[in-house]
Amino acid sequence: MPTVDIASSPLRELNSALHKLTPNTNETHWTVSNPRGQHNIAVGLDFPVEIEIDGHVGYYCAGMNKQARVTVRGNAGQGVAENMMSGRVHVTGDASQAAGASGNGGLLVIDGNASARCGISMKGIDIVVKGSVGHLSAFMAQAGKLVVLGDAGEALGDSIYEAQLFVRGTVTSLGADCIEKPLKDEHKVELKKLLDDAGVEGVSPDEFKRYGSARKLYHFHIDNVGSY
Amino acid sequence: MSAQDRWIHTPPRKSATFDDAAIAEIRRAAATGIYDIRGAGAKRKLPHFDDLLFLGASISRYPLEGYREKCATDVVIGARFAKKPIHLKIPITIAGMSFGALSGPAKEALGRGASSVGTSTTTGDGGMTPEERGHSDLLVYQVLPSRYGMNPDDLRKADAIEVVVGQGAKPGGGGMLLGQKITERVAGMRRLPVGIDQRSACRHPDWTGPDDLEIKIQELREITDWQIPIYVKVGASRPYYDIALAVKSGADAIVLDGMQGGTAATQDVFIENVGLPTMCAIPPAVKALQDLGMHRKVQLIVSGGIRNGADVAKCLALGADAVAIGTAALIALGDNDPALEAEYQKLGTTAGAYDDWHEGRDPAGITTQDPVLAARLDPVIAGRKLANYLSVMTLEAQTIARACGKSHVHNLEPEDLVALTMESAAMARVPLAGTNWIPGSNI
Repeated sequence: MPTVDIASSPLRELNSALHKLTPNTNETHWTVSNPRGQHNIAVGLDFPVEIEIDGHVGYYCAGMNKQARVTVRGNAGQGVAENMMSGRVHVTGDASQAAGASGNGGLLVIDGNASARCGISMKGIDIVVKGSVGHLSAFMAQAGKLVVLGDAGEALGDSIYEAQLFVRGTVTSLGADCIEKPLKDEHKVELKKLLDDAGVEGVSPDEFKRYGSARKLYHFHIDNVGSY
Repeated sequence: MSAQDRWIHTPPRKSATFDDAAIAEIRRAAATGIYDIRGAGAKRKLPHFDDLLFLGASISRYPLEGYREKCATDVVIGARFAKKPIHLKIPITIAGMSFGALSGPAKEALGRGASSVGTSTTTGDGGMTPEERGHSDLLVYQVLPSRYGMNPDDLRKADAIEVVVGQGAKPGGGGMLLGQKITERVAGMRRLPVGIDQRSACRHPDWTGPDDLEIKIQELREITDWQIPIYVKVGASRPYYDIALAVKSGADAIVLDGMQGGTAATQDVFIENVGLPTMCAIPPAVKALQDLGMHRKVQLIVSGGIRNGADVAKCLALGADAVAIGTAALIALGDNDPALEAEYQKLGTTAGAYDDWHEGRDPAGITTQDPVLAARLDPVIAGRKLANYLSVMTLEAQTIARACGKSHVHNLEPEDLVALTMESAAMARVPLAGTNWIPGSNI
């Protein structure tokens, strides 16, 4: 099991080594120590490898991840798991803004809170935030599911497309074209699976409200101009 | 009418302020309740390269022999950080235009034409198609605010990456693709519902400002193992500062797009009223590079209203390393062809004025997703036309460069230019013709 101390070796070496992994490798479990808030750790992975990062990370950790399972034992800076395609990214602390931005797939789990614009432009990623999310989360969210066990800030789901939002706590305000929708049995099944995948115990899907698109802004009409 | 009546009733006089176009737009807005959306770039009269002239050689400068003495045109882009910089045979590239805005055959034709003369094409909002990759020897992959179609596999397939901050037709605005063009394939690539009016974000979702951009560029380099160049594209608005900040952020090359640069669709009010004309944006951009000691190290690619080899030569003389063409390339493929006049008439327009590219009804089969219309464009023939046009532009630029005594088009310099008007002299920072006066140069 390789252990890389990136306080003493360049980030380039770590990312390069992770990019060069081949299907025959035995090095499927890596530990990264002393990240000390460095940016761009473990970006662009495309291999079913397990990465554990012991400490806080800077911007774009696990950016564009495919297949890999990345755990950050600490807080994550801006854009954690941005544009993720598949795999799983788990932050045990809090995440800064734009967590999971434009993600296409995979699962992002944040044990703490996520800041503003969590899930902005999400395109199929699933995000579970065990704390609360900041303003403009799921802005222009296209596809995927955002689950928030705490509260959501202002303008949740502004200009949302077909992503589904589940919030257990309060929502300060909904953004343009985002409305509360019925939580049907099929949604509860999906939600339960996501909660299980994220390791959430003792929380029932019945405790959530579901939000999504009113689809009134899909076609421009002058009478809706006040919504923009 | 009696003589007395003629004196009482003055001849009809139209207002210069409320001219036919202004009145028509007021009436159209009142009738429809929606702003005018269209494609292409600024149509108003702007200070442009026509206002500049080359001096040519004389007793104090001697020319190179046309056809006999070499005048090189090659450009290397991205050697600042990339292990595999791009080598272009000509200093003219194809600007970013999306599959979605353009038909599949049009994208293929762009790739065929550009590849045959050794230059690059660029993706657009919506991602990379296999056809486009397959027909472009050198393909620049755009990273846009919407991130439609963005994925690391295509990123690694690219020959360069272009982080798009802005566009000359709409600096500060996001993309737009109306429902007629959001077909199943386009919607699938962008992960959008079919047929909606798509309006892209104007800011990137995960960074704002130069400090963030520096980290974003580093991320893209890490993902692509520092192999390929990273460009930053800006619309011309504050070129001195934008170029300086792009250099600071670690760009290998910068694309500077003036307001004559086209768009697939945006508001007419935006196209005509926001941004700077291309010509006046180049000198401050070059000054920023020179002040940082980065001129010719970070390449400057200029776009927006480039039409011929003279425009190319003038951009290079002002300090650009290459140019990019979009609208002109579409015209070379067959856009606005007078042979289609009858069909343009049916659309309420005329050849040379057709700009409703967003409606997807292009009779030339270029700015459409209608399979019947798209099938009209033969990508082999259209690609050949584009190659011809690019070759002609290159020859024209060489002709001018040789006349100025330059063995490489990059040896053209501001000293080779004069301006025909005071405003163009001030904007291009070259002397008014027949004088040594550059307005504002002593300020």
